[in-house]
Amino acid sequence: MTLLQTQPPNQPRSTLDARPEHSADNPLSVHAMTVAYHRKPVLWDVDYDAPPGSLVAIVGPNGAGKSTFIKACLGLIPAAAGTVEFWGKPYKHARAKIGYVPQRETVDWDFPVSALDVVCMGLYRKIGWFKPIRKAHKAAAMESLDRMGLADYANRQIAQLSGGQQQRVFLARALVQNADLYFMDEPFAGVDAATEAAIIEVLRELRSQGKTVIVVHHDLQTVPTYFDHAMLLNMRIVAAGPVSEIFTDENLNKTYGGRLTLLAEASEAVARAQQGQPQSSNK
Amino acid sequence: MNLTLAQSLTQTHDEMPSLREVFDTVTLQSGFNTNAVIVAASLLGIAGGIIGAFALLRKRSLTADALSHATLPGITSAFLIASAMGLNARSLPILLLGATISGILGVLCIHLILAYTRLREDAAIGIVLSVFFGIGVVLLSVIQSTATSSAAGLNHFIYGQTAAMLTGDAILMGSIALIAIVIAILAMKEITIVCFNESFARVTGIPAGLIDGLILALIVLVTVSGLQAVGLILIVAMLIIPPAAARFWTDRVRMLIILSALIGALSGFVGASVSALLPRKPAGAVIVLCAGSIFIISMLAAPARGVIAQLIRHAKLKLRIAIDHTLESKYEYPEHHPRTTFSLRVLLRLKGFTQSLSPSSALSQSGLARGRRVRRNHMLWEQYLVSCADIAPSHVDWSVDQVEHILDDDLIARLESEIRASGLDLQEISP
Repeated sequence: MTLLQTQPPNQPRSTLDARPEHSADNPLSVHAMTVAYHRKPVLWDVDYDAPPGSLVAIVGPNGAGKSTFIKACLGLIPAAAGTVEFWGKPYKHARAKIGYVPQRETVDWDFPVSALDVVCMGLYRKIGWFKPIRKAHKAAAMESLDRMGLADYANRQIAQLSGGQQQRVFLARALVQNADLYFMDEPFAGVDAATEAAIIEVLRELRSQGKTVIVVHHDLQTVPTYFDHAMLLNMRIVAAGPVSEIFTDENLNKTYGGRLTLLAEASEAVARAQQGQPQSSNK
Repeated sequence: MNLTLAQSLTQTHDEMPSLREVFDTVTLQSGFNTNAVIVAASLLGIAGGIIGAFALLRKRSLTADALSHATLPGITSAFLIASAMGLNARSLPILLLGATISGILGVLCIHLILAYTRLREDAAIGIVLSVFFGIGVVLLSVIQSTATSSAAGLNHFIYGQTAAMLTGDAILMGSIALIAIVIAILAMKEITIVCFNESFARVTGIPAGLIDGLILALIVLVTVSGLQAVGLILIVAMLIIPPAAARFWTDRVRMLIILSALIGALSGFVGASVSALLPRKPAGAVIVLCAGSIFIISMLAAPARGVIAQLIRHAKLKLRIAIDHTLESKYEYPEHHPRTTFSLRVLLRLKGFTQSLSPSSALSQSGLARGRRVRRNHMLWEQYLVSCADIAPSHVDWSVDQVEHILDDDLIARLESEIRASGLDLQEISP
């Protein structure tokens, strides 16, 4: 009926297990994920397996669907098709092992909470419904803030922090989640050099503990120094794997170059058709 | 009967109340009915303050406005249906049930408009609010032209009639206030996390939809039960004004909720008391005006976020910049005397930066030191912009003039290290 259903519904879905590279050890396995915003497809048929204990950069131009990929993995926006598994289990059963750093601009920083309050939010799941935040929780949150160099700012209202400090508060909140797999949406966007260094130090520490961190990253130049793995994304996966192998000029050209106009135009056409607008004939 | 009693109360004093009457009213000694009204209004203030704080934090204050306006067609329909079925059409539970249903329907319409069109929330709220209210007004005129005088009471839902509140209303308001307090204590952290960062809350496993539903249910509860007292046009004020006023005084969610409840209670208490003493004044409006007064005082006088405090901070900064400019220019060109106002010269003298009040006064030791420092900051920043930030020298001046005054020691140290790192000699920059 629509382009969204890329596979006929009666055809048996090829399972993740049928893929040779797939293993239940992988913290994240995505299969045939297609996502649409306002009925306009932004991610087409994404297959991806994240290796354990690695730092993965998601790289691609604006509008390539980088944040969308993360949000769809976490179930924040519905995927039109596809499966997502964490260590071979659906999200619901893996939640306790997953941490998240949303984009800094997505929250109202004038909200009446302190830096410590925000970090404590990372513990709410552990604390449980209707139970108060205890001293031990606050101590854990303090420790995490201290690790990000923000111990002196714990009781500041969050609007009084600089952009870099706000980002570090988000990092501290993710750290207290004590997860095994982290998704970070542009943690390096608009931060000062000190914050960038602090974040990268934390990322390396997490990797040394065998954890996996998937980071939406904008700065191509730092990818080879900061990350082991990369996923080049532009509405579909252009290449994914170790940075040393896939970070080639050819792949980068494919990701950032003009070769995807057909895919982008197809998306537009789908959106137009769904809104009942006539096909533009002058193209 | 109670209504006539309340009205007979109004006849007794139409002039300014005596001190004795004022004292009796505010200490709850002026009769059972007045007491019930004052207590009920205060409790409504508490409930509205707490629930309004949730709505404010979730940025849903206007949804409450749409909801309250959307109750009118429900009230009138309930009246029509109940009369058609031969029930007592003025029964309050029936009318409030109708109000609840159409209020929720209004909120649903907003969500439908948002889900299926590209309209923004403000437009959706405006449409639902006015269309539902329009339907209600039309139905009201139908009722008034056909039914007997028994329909007259429906008008009260629009503007409210606080004086008609009875002991039962006080108990109802008390229960809602209690529910709001219990939920605020139990679910504070769940509500806070959903309001602050919904996506993170959902990833953590907190059902944001459920919390939103809870907040909406509370808004419906307080709106519908406050309809009769404050009226559907003004009830939203009980939800918006107390938390907005409280926000000026605090930076923490917990304190915001407590202050908002207190401001709501105070508004209800003072408003109901004033309207009991000056009975021709509609209590709902007086309550809202009390809340509005508290808001204005908060907006002006609150220590950190208040307007006066901000103006003082700006004035201080401006003054500091004026002082710095004068000192810098006197330091750099001792023979040249910058144009200064008398008050600025008095201030410079008082601070010990100059030796006399004359415009050509030389700088004191501390004035020279300060002038030298400002000059150095100025040069540092200029140098940084030119050498490190790739800004053309001709474009430097306008930004320099402001920045040099707000550089703190930490920033200066970093400027120095950046400039040193770029291979320039800091010695050359010393003025």
